[in-house]
Amino acid sequence: MFTLNQLCCERDGRDLFAPLTLGVAAGDYVELLGANGSGKSTLLRTLAGLHSQFSGSYETVPAVYQGHRLGLDDLLTPVENLLWFAGLEGATLSLDRILDALQETGILTEAYDNCAAMSAGQQRRVAMARWMLSQRKLWLLDEPLTALDIEAQAVASRIIKEHCASGGAVICATHQPLDLTDKTTLTLTPQLAETAS
Amino acid sequence: MIGSLLRREWQILRRAKGAVINPMAFLFLSATLFAIAAPALVIQQTSQGASAAGILWTLVLLTQLLALDGMYRRDFDSGLLEQLLVTAQVPFVAVLSRIFMQWLSTGFIIVLASPLLAVLLGLSVETLPATAVALLLGTPTLSLLGSIGASVTVGFNRGGVILALLVLPLFLPTLIFGADLVEAAQAGRDFMPQAYVLGLISLGALALAPFATLAGLKISLEMQ
Repeated sequence: MFTLNQLCCERDGRDLFAPLTLGVAAGDYVELLGANGSGKSTLLRTLAGLHSQFSGSYETVPAVYQGHRLGLDDLLTPVENLLWFAGLEGATLSLDRILDALQETGILTEAYDNCAAMSAGQQRRVAMARWMLSQRKLWLLDEPLTALDIEAQAVASRIIKEHCASGGAVICATHQPLDLTDKTTLTLTPQLAETAS
Repeated sequence: MIGSLLRREWQILRRAKGAVINPMAFLFLSATLFAIAAPALVIQQTSQGASAAGILWTLVLLTQLLALDGMYRRDFDSGLLEQLLVTAQVPFVAVLSRIFMQWLSTGFIIVLASPLLAVLLGLSVETLPATAVALLLGTPTLSLLGSIGASVTVGFNRGGVILALLVLPLFLPTLIFGADLVEAAQAGRDFMPQAYVLGLISLGALALAPFATLAGLKISLEMQ
């Protein structure tokens, strides 16, 4: 799915973490750990192509990216949001598939409400439906469990597990380790001062 | 892909009508203020027609500036722009459809309202078709070039002033030829040369603006 080769993200000319070398294949779940400010989000943004200050190299397939900002339009309903996203990917989705995905993430009853009227957790659930409906195999998730209740966290774990089982790969930055048995843990450590120079 | 992009733009436009109404309200209010404050300037005289055309175009420019500030802000704040750049098969098309809808919701409506505006500012009735032609050919440039400025400043909390500094100079050719076109029509001269130039500027902006906007959006997203 993707390989990192001595990749080190930079911000304002400062290296964020010690260089990473890693290969991730289909079916892998990678948990990205590290203290606040250790560069987890920046690494995911780099892999998504949103951050271009880095040294080393990486190769990746097109990915689903879930940042801190969910990427849902307040003025649209979940169904409309998901249709827009599918259109962005160049796919056409049937309404049934969308409603199935919303059912699975437990937000079906709000399928036709405006996203503006939803709580943070409910919006997260809509975002989860979006990962499921995407055709892309690699998911880059930045703290996907934020604002989710216990039940929704279990749903998120299950969705991620199923995606890995069906040949996808997930890299997930989180502070709450997911309930998955088979995982690779990648911990970002700060670049040591003497090696940075 | 284009279908779903335009559908979303249309749904947003229908649900957030302020994006259309506010700039138009500004335009009509400021035109009215001109008519009240300086009736001599806008009163219909052949020698004074030129200033009315200039006032009309200046107000259109400022109205566009007002509308442009929010062009990408909502999408930026909600993270839709990130999704667009990461996911869109052809981000170019997504940007172009955004610009098109921005023009449709401001420039095109200004064209439709131009007879009313022109009369309010004291332009003669014979110049109304020419005014509409000038605005029809000129306003796409404002949306296209303005989009570049909006994309660069969307990351700033208060980008409005910087946006004005960035794009108003780019608007100058359109302002000059647009006002000159209306003035020529007022004086009964041939206004086709100005119309050609306005169209040419618009086509040039069309070729340039989507790429520059994409680059600007990438920079804005990277700055955070």
